[in-house]
Amino acid sequence: MKQMQPRQNYLGPGGWVWAGKYKLERYLYLLHRITGLGILLFLILHLCMTTIFRIQGQDVWEATMALLHNPWFKIGEYLVCAAFIYHALNGLRLILQELGFALGRPTPPVYPYKDALRKKRPWTIAMIAVIAILALVFFYDFIVGGW
Amino acid sequence: MTEDSIKQITLKVQRYNPEQDSTPHFQEFLVPVSRGTTVLEGLLYIKENLDSTLTFRTSCRMAICGSCGMLINNYPHLACHTQIEEFHSDTLTIKPLPNLPILKDLVTDLIPFFNTHKSIKPYTIRHETEEMENPTAEFTQTPQELETFLQFTYCVKCGICISACPTSASDKLFLGPQALAQCYRYCADNRDEGWQERFLLVDTDHGVWHCHLAGACSEACPKGLDPALAIQLLKRRLTSQAIGLRKKQQSSPVASPITETKAKVPFPEFTAKES
Ligand code: SF4
Ligand code: FES
Repeated sequence: MKQMQPRQNYLGPGGWVWAGKYKLERYLYLLHRITGLGILLFLILHLCMTTIFRIQGQDVWEATMALLHNPWFKIGEYLVCAAFIYHALNGLRLILQELGFALGRPTPPVYPYKDALRKKRPWTIAMIAVIAILALVFFYDFIVGGW
Repeated sequence: MTEDSIKQITLKVQRYNPEQDSTPHFQEFLVPVSRGTTVLEGLLYIKENLDSTLTFRTSCRMAICGSCGMLINNYPHLACHTQIEEFHSDTLTIKPLPNLPILKDLVTDLIPFFNTHKSIKPYTIRHETEEMENPTAEFTQTPQELETFLQFTYCVKCGICISACPTSASDKLFLGPQALAQCYRYCADNRDEGWQERFLLVDTDHGVWHCHLAGACSEACPKGLDPALAIQLLKRRLTSQAIGLRKKQQSSPVASPITETKAKVPFPEFTAKES
């Protein structure tokens, strides 16, 4: 008899973005990864700028600063700032909940089913509201601070 | 049932025959549907009347065997537990569960999944080998102690949580929400003493620590389990164990032998009276 190999059907990293119609927390998981990578990228760039370019003398440093003085980098800076706010606050939520706090106790599954995260969703939404407010405040600051 | 209560619905089913096809494709079937028709009944209608080569797995048709998990309109469901009416749509797309290998059409290979489940030792472990080999009585447990893990015992091993989990989508070695939740289920059971063995198995990069709380498993689980909660409670146990703050769980004792029996309760008056 011919042996057939099963067909692999892993969604891969694409599955982080879309695997079906899921609710909030699955997308917060994705955003946490993206903001984490974004902050890391910024950190590497920042360290490069302030070390490699800086030690090459004032001319190189000033040329770099002139290059950075454009709206796109300002927008980028604001995005890093917003990412930082999100990553920090959502990270606090994750630390708490992953240590089993603020999730409640196991309850018998009585229909309609409600899992622990769904029960705590109002708090998660409140956290998102705080993030949004802070992001707006910083946005205002960036605008007033001048582009 | 009146004629006009029957509607025609299109089921767009993903087909894949490993002997003939190089990639999966969709095939459409027109299926009569009335109030209460489940997706599984729709598939059975196709198999009986339209195309007997359609392959899917089913057994109990009442959400207790966990055979019929599939992706229906982009969300994992048990086909026998889902009515076509719920979707308010004239077309349903049916695909096999993702993150599990496809054998044929809608049938996924659950063997690796079952093996992962087995790997976390899903059975009671006790230090008293003699009692385990030749049991004399049951281990006692109060209803309150049972409640702490009862909900996690309802798992039917359908694989739906694996298909919902974003970590399972990209990490092939991840133990997955099902096995981790079952690990907690046994560790939280005070009749069990095997936590040390199980902690070693799940305290790894591909174990509990790769769960980042997307919560999709609990959202999708058709049996109302909360694998996400179980995994976080397991992390809590591992962490408190590591920092030395874990409260010792008292193992339940073997029930003492019955020494006295109560007198039989007589049948109430209203039951069969001899005339
Ligand atoms: S935890 Fe729920 S979704 Fe996962 S295998 Fe068990 S019953 Fe299925
Ligand atoms: S047929 Fe058993 S769960 Fe659907």
